[in-house]
Amino acid sequence: MHAPELILLLPLLLGIAAAIVVACLRPAQAAPVGAATAAVCFALYLGLAGGAPVSAAFWAVPSLGVSGGLRLDGLAALFALLITGIGTLVLLYAGSYLKGDPRLTRLVVLLLVFMVAMLGSVTANDVITLFIFWELTSLTSFFLVAYDHEKLEARKAALQALLITGGGGLALLAGLILVAIAAGTTSLTGIIAAREAVLAHPAAVPAMLLVILGAFTKSAQFPFHFWLPNAMAAPTPVSAYLHSATMVKLGIYLLARFSPVYGDEALWQGLLTWTGLLTALVAAVLAFRETDLKRVLAYTTVTALGTLTMLLGLAPELSAMAAVTFLTVHALYKAALFLTAGILDHETGTRDASALGGLRGVMPWTAAAAVLAALSMAGLPPFLGFVGKEIVYEAAVAADGGAGLIVLGAFLVNTAGVAIAGLLSWRIFFGARPATPKAPHDPPIAMLAGPVVLATFGLLAGLAPSLLGGWLLDGAAASILGHPPTTYLALWHGFTPILALSVVTVLLGALLTLFWPRLMRGLQASRALDRFGPGHGYDRALAGIVACAEATTAMVQHGSLRGYIRLLLLVAALGPLVVLIAYDGAAWPADPVLDPRALAFGMIAAGAVATAIARGTLAAVMALGLVGFGAAIVFLTFGAPDVALTQFTVEVLLVVILATVLLRLPVHGRDTRTTRQRSGDAVVAVVMGSSVALLLLAVLAAPFDPRLGDWFGQNSVPGGHGQNVVNVILVDFRALDTLGEIAVLAIAAFAVIALLRGVARPLRRGN
Amino acid sequence: METPLALTIGVLVAAAAYLLLARDLPRVLLGFVLLGNAANLTIFAAGRIGTMTPPLVEYGALALTADAANPLPQALVLTAIVIGFGLAAFALVLVMRAHAEFGSVHAEDMDAAEAPDEPATQAPSPPEDSIPARREAA
Repeated sequence: MHAPELILLLPLLLGIAAAIVVACLRPAQAAPVGAATAAVCFALYLGLAGGAPVSAAFWAVPSLGVSGGLRLDGLAALFALLITGIGTLVLLYAGSYLKGDPRLTRLVVLLLVFMVAMLGSVTANDVITLFIFWELTSLTSFFLVAYDHEKLEARKAALQALLITGGGGLALLAGLILVAIAAGTTSLTGIIAAREAVLAHPAAVPAMLLVILGAFTKSAQFPFHFWLPNAMAAPTPVSAYLHSATMVKLGIYLLARFSPVYGDEALWQGLLTWTGLLTALVAAVLAFRETDLKRVLAYTTVTALGTLTMLLGLAPELSAMAAVTFLTVHALYKAALFLTAGILDHETGTRDASALGGLRGVMPWTAAAAVLAALSMAGLPPFLGFVGKEIVYEAAVAADGGAGLIVLGAFLVNTAGVAIAGLLSWRIFFGARPATPKAPHDPPIAMLAGPVVLATFGLLAGLAPSLLGGWLLDGAAASILGHPPTTYLALWHGFTPILALSVVTVLLGALLTLFWPRLMRGLQASRALDRFGPGHGYDRALAGIVACAEATTAMVQHGSLRGYIRLLLLVAALGPLVVLIAYDGAAWPADPVLDPRALAFGMIAAGAVATAIARGTLAAVMALGLVGFGAAIVFLTFGAPDVALTQFTVEVLLVVILATVLLRLPVHGRDTRTTRQRSGDAVVAVVMGSSVALLLLAVLAAPFDPRLGDWFGQNSVPGGHGQNVVNVILVDFRALDTLGEIAVLAIAAFAVIALLRGVARPLRRGN
Repeated sequence: METPLALTIGVLVAAAAYLLLARDLPRVLLGFVLLGNAANLTIFAAGRIGTMTPPLVEYGALALTADAANPLPQALVLTAIVIGFGLAAFALVLVMRAHAEFGSVHAEDMDAAEAPDEPATQAPSPPEDSIPARREAA
C-alpha cells in the first residue's frame, strides 16, 4: 500500500484496534488507553494539516460506477483535529468523571468507535463511505445517550435522537444517490467537479432538499431541534463530545462540503439562511427557560448550529471564513463549558443554575477555566470568540438580501450568548454561595485538563488569530470556496461600526444576565411553549404510529378463526370476479348437450348441500360420502377408471374414519352459529361458489392446448413401455412427484401417531 | 357437459365455504374435505371432459387414439386424492387432540396460547392426563 493510503487509514484502524483492546481491559485502565489512542491520532492529523490535500482510493465496484476512498483537505483536517483533540481531553475526563463505574469500559469503547465513525465521515471522499460512517455516528450516539439505560428518560431520549437523525439519514441516502446519479460518480471531488451536471439534472431540487434534510436533522435545525436538549440524558463527557463539539456539527460539515455545488443557488441560500436564523433565535429564547446547566448549554449549542447554518446560506465568498472560524471557536468554548458543567455536577451534586453561586473560592481552577471559556463565548477581546463574532457580523452586514434582518437576528443571538455566558461564569462563581448537596472542591487534574486546555487555547488563538487562520482555517475555508479565501482573520479591525455593534451586544447581554432569574421564571410560566413545540408533535406522531399499529393488528389479527377464513374466502372470491368483470372475461363453453351422466352431478350437488345444512354429525358425514361417491361416478363415466377406483377406496375409508371419530367426541353435532351468522355465511358462500363457477366457465370456454397430454399419449409406450398412460405418468415420467407424495403421507402418518399419544385414553374414558 | 359440471363445482365450493365458516371444528373439517373434492373435479374439468374412453394405448399401438381422455389431469387428481386423504386424517387428529386439551371443539375456546399477559389459569382446565407441561403451567 502506498504512503498516503496508509496514513489516511491509520487513525481509523488505530481507533478500531484500541476499541478492541479496551474492551478487554478493566474500567480503570480503559480511559487512559482510549485517551492515548486519540492523542496519537491527533498527532497524526497535526502532521498532515496545513499541507496539500491527501487522497487515496480503497475500493471500487466498477459495474455500479461506485468507488470509495478517503481524502484529507482543509475542511476535513479541521474537523479531524477537533474530533481527535477534543476526543483526547474528553476520554481523559471520562475516566475520572465516571471513576468506579463498571460500565466505564463500555463507554470508552463506544466513544472510540464514535471517534472512528466521525473521522470516517469527515475524511470520506465518496458518498457511500460518507453515508456509512454518518449512520455509524447516529448508532453510537444512540448507545451513548442510553448509557443509563435503566432510566426511562434516557431510553426515550436515545430513541428520539435515533429516530430523528436516522430518519434524516435515510433522506440523506436518497439525496446522495440522486446527486451521484446526476454527477455520474460517487466521488465527492467528482461531484463538485460535475457541478453543472448536478444542477441541470431533473431531480436536482429534490436531491438538494434531501441532502439539506439530512444535514438539518443531524445538526438539530428547527423544527428538529428538540432532540438535542433531550439527548442531555447522556453522561456529561458524551454530551460535551457528541452533542456539542463534533457529531451535531456533521450536518454543518455536510452543508459546507456541498457548498461548492449548491452555494450559489437561491433556494439553498434562502433555506439555510432563514432556517438557521430561526433555529438560532428559537433556541436562544428556549435557553433562558432552563435552569439545568446541561440543557442551557444544549440550547446554546442549537443556537450556534443555527448561526453556522445561516452563515453557510450567505454567499460563500463572505461567509466561508466566518463559518469555519465560528465553528472552531464554538467547539473550543462549548466543550470547555460542558466539561465545567460536568465538574460542577460531580463536585456539588447539582447542576441547577439557580442553586449555584460563589464557587470561585472553593474551586479556583474550575472557575478560571469557566470564566475564560465564557469570555470567549461572550465574544470579548482578546479571545478567539471576539474574532469569531466580529467576522460573523461582517458576513451578516454584507449579506445580499435581507441584511438588516440578518444583522438584527445575529445581534439578538449574540446578546443571548453574552447573557448565557454571564450566567455560566459570573452567577455561578461569584456572589453569595448557597449550600450545595456536596462540599465542592477542585476536581483531579484529569478532569481539569479538558476545560483548562480548551479555554486557554481559545485565549492564545485569539491573541494571534492569523497564525491559526493561515495554518488551518484558510485551508478549511478554501474547501468550501473552491479557492483560497480573500478575507483574513485579525483581532483588531479598528473602530468600525461592527465594533460598536459588539460593544452594544456585550452591554445588553450583561444586563440580561442581571435579570436572568426573573426572565427565566417568566418564560417558564409560559405554558404555550410546551404545548405547541415540535417536540410535542413528535410525541403525538409516535403515539399515532403505535395506535395505528395496534388498530391494524386488532383488525388483521383479531384471533377469530371465522374472521380469518371469511377474509380469505372473500379475497379469493372477489379477486377473480373483479378481474372477470374488468376485462370482460365472462364466457360460457358452447356444449349445451346433456346426457345421463349429468345425474352424477346432481348427486354431488345434493350431497354438498345436504352436508352443509345437516343438523347432526352422522348425517353430515353420510352426505359427505354421497359427494365422494358422486365424484367417483363422474371419474368412472368420463374415462378415468383408475381415478374412480382410488376415489371409491379413499371415500369409504374417510367416511368410516370420520363417522367413528366424530361420533366419539362427546359433543352435540348441532351447528352452533346463530341464524344471523348463518345468513351472513351463506352470502359469503354463494359469492365464493359463483366466483369459482364463473372462473371455471371462462377457463373452459377458452381454447384448449392439448400438447402436454398428447406428448404423454405418444411417449408412454416408446418411452415408458406401458399401455396405461396415467400409470406411466405416475411411476415413470413424474416418478419423483409420486415419491414425494409417498413421503408426505408417511410424514402425515407419523404426525398422526404423535398427536394421538395422550388423546387415546381420554377418548376411551369418554366412552 | 362442461357447463353443468362447472355449476356443480360452484355448488360444491359454496357448501364447502359455508362449512368452513362454522364455529365447531368438525364442520370446518367437513368443509375442508368438500373443498378438496371441488379442487379435484376442477383439475379434471380443466383438462376438458366428454369422452368415455380411458387413456389406454391399444395393444400393439404406439400412441393414444384421438378420442381417449386426457391422461395428465387424471394423474394429477390421483395424487391429489391421496394427499387430500392424508391431510384430512391429520386435520381430524388435530381436532381430536384439541378436544382432549381444551375440552371443546370450538375455535373460540382455544385461544389460551394467544394471551401471554393473562394468567394461565384462565384457560379451560384440561383433562387430568394431558401432556405434563400443561399441568405445570396451570
